[in-house]
Amino acid sequence: MPALADLIEADHQVEHHAPWRRAVVAPKAWNLAVEQLAAGRWSLLGLWGEPDKVHMALLDETQTIGVISLDCRGGRYPSVGQLHPPALRLERAAADLFGLAPQGLPDTRRWLDHGQWGISHPLAARPGGPAAASSYRFLAAEGESLHQIPVGPVHAGIIEPGHFRFTAGGETVVRLEERLGYVHKGIEGLMQGASIDRAAKLASRTSGDSTVAYSLAFARAVEAALGITPPARAIWLRALMAEFERLANHLGDIGAICNDAAFAIMHAHCGVLRERVLRAADAAFGHRLMRDRILPGGTASDLNEAGADAIRSLVAEIRRRFPHLVELYDNTASLQDRTVATGRLKVELARQYAAGGYVGRASGRDFDARRAPGYAPYDELAFDVPVLQEGDVNARVWIRVREVEQSLSLIEQILGRLPTGPTLVDLAAPEGPREGMALVEGFRGDILAWLRIGEDGLIERCHLRDPSWFQWPLLEAAIEGNIVADFPLCNKSFNCSYSGHDL
Amino acid sequence: MRKLLFESLIRPPLTERAPQVSNAAVDELARALDGMARRKLGRSLSIRAVDAGSCNGCELEMHALNNAFYDIERFGFRFVASPRHADVLMVTGPVTKNMREALKRTFEATPNPKWVVALGDCAKDGGCFAGSYAVVGGVSDVVPVDLHIPGCPPRPIEILKGLIALLDGANGKAGKAGAVQG
Repeated sequence: MPALADLIEADHQVEHHAPWRRAVVAPKAWNLAVEQLAAGRWSLLGLWGEPDKVHMALLDETQTIGVISLDCRGGRYPSVGQLHPPALRLERAAADLFGLAPQGLPDTRRWLDHGQWGISHPLAARPGGPAAASSYRFLAAEGESLHQIPVGPVHAGIIEPGHFRFTAGGETVVRLEERLGYVHKGIEGLMQGASIDRAAKLASRTSGDSTVAYSLAFARAVEAALGITPPARAIWLRALMAEFERLANHLGDIGAICNDAAFAIMHAHCGVLRERVLRAADAAFGHRLMRDRILPGGTASDLNEAGADAIRSLVAEIRRRFPHLVELYDNTASLQDRTVATGRLKVELARQYAAGGYVGRASGRDFDARRAPGYAPYDELAFDVPVLQEGDVNARVWIRVREVEQSLSLIEQILGRLPTGPTLVDLAAPEGPREGMALVEGFRGDILAWLRIGEDGLIERCHLRDPSWFQWPLLEAAIEGNIVADFPLCNKSFNCSYSGHDL
Repeated sequence: MRKLLFESLIRPPLTERAPQVSNAAVDELARALDGMARRKLGRSLSIRAVDAGSCNGCELEMHALNNAFYDIERFGFRFVASPRHADVLMVTGPVTKNMREALKRTFEATPNPKWVVALGDCAKDGGCFAGSYAVVGGVSDVVPVDLHIPGCPPRPIEILKGLIALLDGANGKAGKAGAVQG
């Protein structure tokens, strides 16, 4: 059984790729890695293209991370998705953007390209003419008395656009198929040739609810590439903001999930707590969502005593109120009736898809990027990573509840030990092309950032992989056999990002 | 639950209790909106949110309008589930090419008189996404816009202010929209 490290060492290693290694491999080694994925020994962290190249980020059993790259002669490479389905949509996206053709890919429908861009393969060395807009062939479901329900892209609530095609037998969902890509903004295209400042702005607008996590992932990747360590105070402030973001989103989600089970009182109370978090963030960091507060090299704002006080009183308030809400959730039978055993995601699927965040952890996948591979300052902080096996809506609620408690503790620990000093260092100009990578735990799961900075200090290529890439397909599996009316509940319990996925 | 409900009954409303200055502003706005909305639209203004490509930041702040601090439904402002029930389309994001058709159709499905509010910096001209192969531009490149509310994302209080501005100009537009599209 090969280790990822051996595979990378055996092949042509790329210089100046940090903090993990990257190797340009031969097709044989590529296929060997795909076998490890298919056998369930390794996990896929990401797959992305470049003109005539395809990269794959991997995590092996020893928790080693590495990237392998394959030159695609004639734009072709052996499909990963044919043996390892989690790669399917990533390969379809790379095909749309770069014109890379995965050989053997079982699903060759376009994914992000809806035939509206006016060009095809926009990021390829030579983009093609406009792709013809054609109707999307949804997968078939056969059986007696089945009917289809098309939903979206414009939905009934205040949510992002995407299309859901349900096939139902009576009330029961037989198949759900998602069609995404509606909010594709071409972020990776805009990143090419952008200054680091501009690219940081784009990164923090990849998924608004994870603006802190994306800024952090991008900043860490830039710092890894340039070999820079930000000041200690900045590192701790970043973690403070990241925990704030987690807190705000989890509180909002817990309330919203209950609201989708028509239990409005939880929604109202959680909404109040969420608003208090945003107001404290505004007082402490000058922006409710803390957008553009984290920069490559440190942070844009410092925390003063008034801000720290706002945070302390917020934590006290949540500690006082939140336990009552948890008790209410736990003791309301009519609510539990909706969430328990609903939208069950099997442990095996969560593992196969390397599902991050509460989706993975509610289905037995014990992974948190803050702990492993880990990054500062979490190595100096005490926190638990809650894991459950049930995989239902209820489990995803409880993971969030426990993570709210952990985040409160982390915020207190950080405030108590916040180092003094500057919060930003200048970025040194690179002496040649430099590549960097980061894996950061957002509220939704692990976000991967990979980039190359050219000699001129501009971004040559940047890829951002949202946790939703590996969660969206699992929602299709989790909803099967549930009633149509429980879809909003299941969907909210996953709370995947459309924008983060569509890029 | 009884305890929580009882507490909610005896606790003063959050808008008045919270200590920050901004809450006074919320209260003042609340009164202004109330009078205006009633005069011009009877008692209701139905808002249909359309995300035409946003990063979802604007959606978070739109959601916040429904929380106990802003409680936008007090004034008869409601987020509705269908454009056919709406007076106002509140559109976010740079309009992506993949959403252009859906936005047009949503606009066409909204009965006259109708208003379009472009929410956030991206909705004005595409913001930092302008120039992308996948982006049309601002909302006004696809449907006529009556009001733009800036911000990245706009704070809930700014969205409320924008609604007042919209109501200020509402009567004029009602005649115009009827003439052009009626």
